[in-house]
Amino acid sequence: MNLIGEKISYKPDEQFHLNDVSFNFKKGNLYTILGRTLSGKTTLLKTIAGLLNPDQGSISFEEKDFIKIPVWERNVAMVYQQFINYPHLNVYENITFPLEQRKLSPEQIKKDVDEALKTVGLVGFENRKIQELSGGQQQRVALARSLAKKAKILLLDEPLVNLDYKLREQLREEFKRIFSEGLSQDTILIYSTTDPQEVMELNGEVIVLDEGKVLQKGPAKEIFENPSNLKVAEISNDPPMNVLKGSKNSKNLNFENISLEIPNHFKNLEDRDYNFGIRASEIKLDENGEEFEIELAEISGSETLLHLKRGNSKIIALIEEVMNFKIHEKVKINFNANKFYAFGEDEKLVSSPYGGTNG
Amino acid sequence: MSKLYTFLKYFFISFWTVFVVAPFLWAVSTSFKDFQSVNSKVTYIPWLDFEPTLEGWRVLIKSPAKGGVDIVEPYFNSIFVTCTASLISIVLGTLAAYALSRFTFKAGFVRNNDITFFFISQRIMPPIVLSIPFFIFLSTIGLLDSLLGLVVVYIVLLMPIAVWIMVDFFNRVPKELDETALIDGCNPYQAFYKVVLPNSIPGLIVAGMFCIIFGWIDFFFAFILTFTEVQLLPVKVVALNSSITPWWSLSASALVSVAPLIIVAFIVERYLSKGNLSGALK
Repeated sequence: MNLIGEKISYKPDEQFHLNDVSFNFKKGNLYTILGRTLSGKTTLLKTIAGLLNPDQGSISFEEKDFIKIPVWERNVAMVYQQFINYPHLNVYENITFPLEQRKLSPEQIKKDVDEALKTVGLVGFENRKIQELSGGQQQRVALARSLAKKAKILLLDEPLVNLDYKLREQLREEFKRIFSEGLSQDTILIYSTTDPQEVMELNGEVIVLDEGKVLQKGPAKEIFENPSNLKVAEISNDPPMNVLKGSKNSKNLNFENISLEIPNHFKNLEDRDYNFGIRASEIKLDENGEEFEIELAEISGSETLLHLKRGNSKIIALIEEVMNFKIHEKVKINFNANKFYAFGEDEKLVSSPYGGTNG
Repeated sequence: MSKLYTFLKYFFISFWTVFVVAPFLWAVSTSFKDFQSVNSKVTYIPWLDFEPTLEGWRVLIKSPAKGGVDIVEPYFNSIFVTCTASLISIVLGTLAAYALSRFTFKAGFVRNNDITFFFISQRIMPPIVLSIPFFIFLSTIGLLDSLLGLVVVYIVLLMPIAVWIMVDFFNRVPKELDETALIDGCNPYQAFYKVVLPNSIPGLIVAGMFCIIFGWIDFFFAFILTFTEVQLLPVKVVALNSSITPWWSLSASALVSVAPLIIVAFIVERYLSKGNLSGALK
């Protein structure tokens, strides 16, 4: 009864848009697809919806070959990152459109639409024109249309990306509520995003996608704690996880002429060269720390992002207050060695502070 | 600076308005004159300069047997040919444009853009190049000097305009709109007429307007492909200009023949200002 994809490949030109992607989505669950732009997220969702046919591989749903069923008979719903509604219809008509297409009774339609409007908080907007609504409201209409359909597969393709910061925060909160209340246990929800924070907050099963390939699958917590390789560590953190080329010997961790004490979780590690990973938030300003040069300082909200350089290494530090720095100024920072990741030279995870894959 | 700009702006607008409107006013006043008032001296104002008469207008509906010129039949011929050809061009052109905008065609080195250009190239070509082929074609199928033959030729002339405008329009309608319709349970035909078409009304109006204008004002093909059985309005109007030109009825018929375009322009203008044309879809 699951939505199962096996070895799906899609290669319309020289590049793979999807490369050997497999998945097994269970009903009643939330799946997030995390990947940068052009990583194949939209292609994957469109393939599931039936808008694209893969060159290879199979998709089955409820034991039926999904690829043989045309889009309009698949009973899926999709919300795009652009706010796509029918501009010639008002809010109410927009939401009834798919229901009328399915020839439901007027009473049923009215009930479903009212329910959906209530869920997305647009009661009273029934007769508004789409063009009169703000971006956030337009996206709510699109979501309401998808919810009213009660489709068994609900696809959301970066639904928040085109909204401004504040609205995104607000709608993200509401999405969480809607997903937990407004969906039946029969629905598979698939949500794609570039934003690691969204993935963590939605807290579903995650698929990390890059260049059309699945890099890692697992619960959000697992992806955060034990990214299987450097690429995943980069994609699943914002700012991306810092990578420092260095080595471990019997006494210290060494990189860029800095020596750190060996943290507990590295005790059993072989002595050799590693790619060390450290999150931007685990780097603190410290008078007694190591000297780095500031390349750029950006203030974002109540935080300051410091782009730092030392030797060949460039790192980003996240300072949790608003501070003014001059470019090329020297600052002293301290690394929290207990939060170090070690990736091998093949970029695969060797050791994580959360106890993943220990050598 | 800005005052000078404002002054110049209004100066040129006024100048242009006079330049455009004056010949019309001249034609209006001439259409009410008689032989005397046209040929003796320059006259401007009715009742003061000359005694207005409706004779110039009356001959337009009189049959030639009674000394009239009878533009009624050519008038309806023109309306029939223009409207039929425009309608068919819009229907076929819109379908072609939708296909060119949404599907990918490959045939040898030919791609969508080449097909679109092929349509447009029909308008780039000087019409005289087409005159002989059209003549031979129509005479072969026996449609020379007939309304149907003219409709066929006009479709060839008007459809490129429709395709050109509608391809551009559909390219600006996001593909995701069609996809959403498909996902919401429409098959491709329903997606086209339930979703894409209702959102293309501004484009259809513009395309329709251009088709009607270019169809209505065509003189060349109407002149070459008809003789005695069928006459279109432009040919009839120009034919009035013979050895002794009846300036009054020529003016009247000229006014009558531009009237439909002015009416169309007024209706369309209202539509264009109501819905912002390009911003109808984000």
